[in-house]
Amino acid sequence: METISNVIGFLPALIKATPLTLLLTAVAGVFGLVIGTLVALARLSPRRILSMPAYVFTFAFRGTPLLVQIYLVYYGLGQILPGTWVRHSFLWPYLRDGLWYAIFALSLNQAAYNAEVIRGAIKAIPRGQIEAAKSIGMRSSLILRRITLPQALRSCLPVLTGDLIILLKTTSLASTITILEVMGTARMLQRQSLLIFEPLIAAGIIYFTVVFILTRVMNVVEKRLSRYRTAKA
Amino acid sequence: MVATALSVKNIHKSFGSVEVLKGVSFEAKSGDVISLIGSSGSGKSTLLRCINYLETPDEGEISVSGEVIRTLKGKDGKLVAADKRQLEHIRTRLGMVFQSFNLWSHRTILENIIEGPMHVLGMTRKDAVGEAEALMEKVGITPKRDHYPNQLSGGQQQRAAIARALAMKPDVMLFDEPTSALDPELVNEVLLVIKKLAEEGRTMVMVTHEMSLARDISSEVIFLHKGLVEERGAPSQVMRDPKSARLRQFLQMA
Repeated sequence: METISNVIGFLPALIKATPLTLLLTAVAGVFGLVIGTLVALARLSPRRILSMPAYVFTFAFRGTPLLVQIYLVYYGLGQILPGTWVRHSFLWPYLRDGLWYAIFALSLNQAAYNAEVIRGAIKAIPRGQIEAAKSIGMRSSLILRRITLPQALRSCLPVLTGDLIILLKTTSLASTITILEVMGTARMLQRQSLLIFEPLIAAGIIYFTVVFILTRVMNVVEKRLSRYRTAKA
Repeated sequence: MVATALSVKNIHKSFGSVEVLKGVSFEAKSGDVISLIGSSGSGKSTLLRCINYLETPDEGEISVSGEVIRTLKGKDGKLVAADKRQLEHIRTRLGMVFQSFNLWSHRTILENIIEGPMHVLGMTRKDAVGEAEALMEKVGITPKRDHYPNQLSGGQQQRAAIARALAMKPDVMLFDEPTSALDPELVNEVLLVIKKLAEEGRTMVMVTHEMSLARDISSEVIFLHKGLVEERGAPSQVMRDPKSARLRQFLQMA
């Protein structure tokens, strides 16, 4: 009984930390999608000067643990930047905060995963639909914007939302570089209360609830955007 | 004198070491209907696709309403389009209908039809929709206006694709085996639309296996064999009294 009341007692502090978890997810999710789309396009380019770096990027970020990436960015950049002009620029006050390093690492990691998914979806678009667009005189940038990307993003939406939910849970790694999102807060509560399990259980409840809601919302979005495939005659 | 709508001169095309077209020429005056016939592998579809540069010919010249598609010689001695913008502009004047319809699956029928007029020709949505409605009426798919392509039968999809091509108000319509992917009972509804267009005096070039269609509406039938024109002429002459043995054999098989 005491455990339960302890868990409940930790919830308010963790709920207060939830917006930061959501912020990390949203920002890294958006950057990941935008950068991931660009990387996917670069990988599909016939020009090696574009496709090679994109290949190396996805390979490196998918081939190493995110925790290693976060540490490298946080300690690595954290060591290099003070020696450069950045130290005296208006950016510095922000760059002292671990949050930016976490967003940076999470965004790039998410971009690498998204890029592979989007690349596959673009390749799966029937060639004929691209030819039809060419045949009415659409230029390639217009084809990309009106035909290729809308269709590719819709068709891989279920995978992208799955990756977004994984991202939400992965933001807990940001706690390792001093960020007090849900997991970081739970660890702080552990230290303060000397209780091991209760703060973690409370954190688990929070993550589960957020994931549950997010999944529901995404289901609705998916249904709306995939009407063109599921609609009945 | 009737203006030349399309001129195709000395088109050569190879894929790897296979020479698919070995120098084919023809001309379509405004209002002509030209049927390209021949067995599979004769190069007729490739020839049609060379007209709007979906395949770039290795050699030769295409002009539409008197405007030549400008080209350069690439490193390998083969042609490349010299000016993308010019090519895109010329493509707007060539409407293409594909064997497999190729409607954009994420857009409704109406959206498929207004896409080009709005985003390529720069028409307002209101004007584009107005014209699209008239075209949908003409090809008989008005009730399907807000449906997605996968909700339509093959025949309906092909008629929608014809409307999409017509919406650009092209000078020449190109048909690439427009009924070959259709179930037999759906062929007729598409043929009727194509016949209607011919009666209106549209300039058309079509690759087809429908010999009766070729006979009924063509001003000229061109029989291709191994990348060359084997025989050509008015359908009454070419199809009733073929001179070459190969064409005679082909017509018996068809």
